[in-house]
Amino acid sequence: MSETEQISQLARIVEDLLHEARHLGADAAEAGVSTQTGLSVTVRLGETETIEHTSDNGLGITVYFGQRKGSASTTDLRDAAVRETVAAACRIARHTSEDPAAGLADAALMARDVPDLDLFHPWELDADTAAEIARGCEDAARSVDPRISNSEGATLYTQRSSFIYGNTHGFVDGYPTTRHSLSCAVIAQEGEEMQRDYWYDSSRVPAGLSSPEVIGRTAAERALARLHGRKLGTRECPVLFRADVAPSLLRSLFGAIRGQAVYRKSTFLLDRVGEKIFPEWVAISEDPRKPRGQASAPFDNEGVATGYREIVSHGTLQGYLLDSYAARKLGLTSTGNAGGVRNAAIESSGQSFDMLLRDMGRGVLITELMGQGTNLVTGDYSRGAAGFWVENGEIQYPIEEITVAGNLNEMFSGLVAVGNDDDIPGSTRTGSWLFERMTIGGD
Amino acid sequence: MTQSTAIARATLLDAPGLSETHLARVMDRLLSRQVDAADIYFQYSRLESWVLEDGIIRDGSHGIEQGAGIRAISGDKTGFAYTDSLALPKLLDAAGAARAIAQAGQHGAQAIADGDTPTALYAPVNPLESLSEAEKLDLLRRADAEARAADPRVRQVIASLVAAHDIILVMDNSGQISGDVRPLVRMNVQVIVEHDGKREQGSAGGGARQGLDFFISEERALGYAREAVRQALVNLDAVAAPAGMLPVVLAPGWPGVLLHEAVGHGLEGDFNRKGTSAFAGRIGEQVASSLCTVVDDGTLPDRRGSLTIDDEGTASQYNVLIENGLLKGYMQDKMNARLMGVAATGNGRRESYAHLPMPRMTNTYMLPGQHKPDEIIASVKNGLYAVNFGGGQVDITSGKFVFSANEAYLIEDGKVTRPVKGATLIGNGPDVMTQVSMVGDDLELDSGVGTCGKEGQSVPVGVGQPTLKIDQLTVGGTAA
Repeated sequence: MSETEQISQLARIVEDLLHEARHLGADAAEAGVSTQTGLSVTVRLGETETIEHTSDNGLGITVYFGQRKGSASTTDLRDAAVRETVAAACRIARHTSEDPAAGLADAALMARDVPDLDLFHPWELDADTAAEIARGCEDAARSVDPRISNSEGATLYTQRSSFIYGNTHGFVDGYPTTRHSLSCAVIAQEGEEMQRDYWYDSSRVPAGLSSPEVIGRTAAERALARLHGRKLGTRECPVLFRADVAPSLLRSLFGAIRGQAVYRKSTFLLDRVGEKIFPEWVAISEDPRKPRGQASAPFDNEGVATGYREIVSHGTLQGYLLDSYAARKLGLTSTGNAGGVRNAAIESSGQSFDMLLRDMGRGVLITELMGQGTNLVTGDYSRGAAGFWVENGEIQYPIEEITVAGNLNEMFSGLVAVGNDDDIPGSTRTGSWLFERMTIGGD
Repeated sequence: MTQSTAIARATLLDAPGLSETHLARVMDRLLSRQVDAADIYFQYSRLESWVLEDGIIRDGSHGIEQGAGIRAISGDKTGFAYTDSLALPKLLDAAGAARAIAQAGQHGAQAIADGDTPTALYAPVNPLESLSEAEKLDLLRRADAEARAADPRVRQVIASLVAAHDIILVMDNSGQISGDVRPLVRMNVQVIVEHDGKREQGSAGGGARQGLDFFISEERALGYAREAVRQALVNLDAVAAPAGMLPVVLAPGWPGVLLHEAVGHGLEGDFNRKGTSAFAGRIGEQVASSLCTVVDDGTLPDRRGSLTIDDEGTASQYNVLIENGLLKGYMQDKMNARLMGVAATGNGRRESYAHLPMPRMTNTYMLPGQHKPDEIIASVKNGLYAVNFGGGQVDITSGKFVFSANEAYLIEDGKVTRPVKGATLIGNGPDVMTQVSMVGDDLELDSGVGTCGKEGQSVPVGVGQPTLKIDQLTVGGTAA
């Protein structure tokens, strides 16, 4: 079936669903249906290890009886299961409470234009060719150095999906997307010590992936660089979060300004809109309609039009991340963030990675974070980490088994610099983040 | 045939109109001369959840998940495909895709027979129907009222109730068919408290392989509400946690997540077969202090991590991983057991039909020792007493692991004193277990809340331990 046919078939399912919900007495309803197929091939130590054919369907419906809500989902798209699902959502709605904030997003906010964001670039790939590419990637990693003694393999994954979202405002739209990724994880060994590391890339477009050799070589170099890690004495010192671990700091920010955290009053950034939470030079944005963007979407999970938006400008928090429910709870308007932030970016303060190391002088470069350890109610931050000790602006030796702790409120407001080294995989664009002072726990 | 297998056959074979002849055809399609092992895994799941927030039942949802996963193994190579349809043509297509891992060949069909029939560890109930809707919602409302009545500083209560009814059937290439009916319930209460403009959170819950009446008996739901409030209030008064190496005393029960991270994952068969675990090739060696005996036990009745049979049809077991500090064995699924020349241990688990099985933990705990908990705390001059934890994570290759305390206290001169803010603890699995210097006589298991993630797959697990003293562990506070 072509993607166009598939899309119109899914649209028919959504329209039937909405009709069925109305028929069962629902005042309003919304539904999403998706279908996805893919191929995942892993090569380990030169041999094909797994060939996995993925094929996932999903359908979710939410119905509203007045302001009582019920939801249901199924992975089975055949008629009987679909009818059971609609009936289940309606049954649930008989038992939930009247909730003044419940309901579809406002009709006026529905996306009127749905531009083609160029997200569909299928890769016609058989298992043998996929294995070939993965093998090339792993070979590149294993040939970097004889100390690359073992491997968890290289995996090529390609998938294509189609989805349709619709609601009883009359909004029904959807589109096909693709996603391709190549990853590699290897082990460096010297004596008894083993260190593992990985690298990957992902893209909407097959040709957009880094070359298999670069991914493999990067994985190997990262694993090798960790050998002979030392502990560090407990201290307070400057800390540089390398670009590839910096997106987690943005995720903490976004978690703290999510509508749900705000109306629950469970965030350290409560009532801070319009206030400076970062230094003056900091600008953070999202660009949901970026062509070929890995997190792009012309409308959010409720059909609300998305658009470019500054979340922080001149260091000042511009607003929260709201879906329609949180917006009503707070007496505000949806910001098109049902489903999260899409293609987030923080502007660089201009320095290269090497300049940041020099600016830091003597401190810790963090290249791995472990565990949860982030309390968004208080902003208290404490995580396991590994990285490198830096002196005179130069990397001295790897360090491991340390903790890095502080408070996000103070970290954000004291952010010293963000590098221009933003060439990292994934949908978030950020360089490395330099902080003046954090607590390192060691021996 | 057990009652569970009978229910599984009726749901997953009879209902979609599949006969044993059909199964034999699918298996035939899957097998070739180069295929060492193969299985067909059928699953039917129904899930229901309810959420209370701001004093009202805000949300409810119902989920259907069903399908079949088909796997062919040749040496250490695996071919896998799955379908959400239980119709014969779809199963044959999936079998054709999965067998592509091996070259084409011939193989005779096997006689189909029921597999091992261990005693069921939990009743084959449907927890979605174990209470009326009114009773389910009443549980949430009573938990909400209990939390709000516990203290005037409670500002927000979010309570959730989840019931899952999972029916599985697995047939392997020897023709053995095994089925299981797996109820699973989970309740959680989260509160936000506020005092003098300062806010904190607390959360508590539990679960079991039973009906939802589990939360009514012993007033468990109300207990979770009180516990969540207590935790949040303790944290309101918390001072900055220390940073650096300290003696750490871990409370019994859920802090057993230490064992799960520090040694559990590193003892899973796949990592050891591949030589990527810090514990690889160390059977018989001293990997923990002689006070430590650690087991993985899938056979505890009604517990969240328990399984009557694993997802490959192997009966779960009581497996000794570490005995008096010596490494005894790994946790195995069928493939890794065969490749390592040992027996499967009943640890072959998968998140669903759409995922490949691999060696996973069930209920992992340390056996009790000799010391009274009070003696253990009294033995510490300056240290940390960690009572409750969030999640953890491990790098099985380097052995580094973390787990995050969300309720902890200072120990000063042998006494538990001020509460400290949440802090991450970090260590090296093989080293940290040699630092265990006292083991309490108070073994407890967690309340049934654990979910373990590995390679993107989540499965329910249990953990437990007695009070433990670790002589030196790095604590990640801000008070240097």
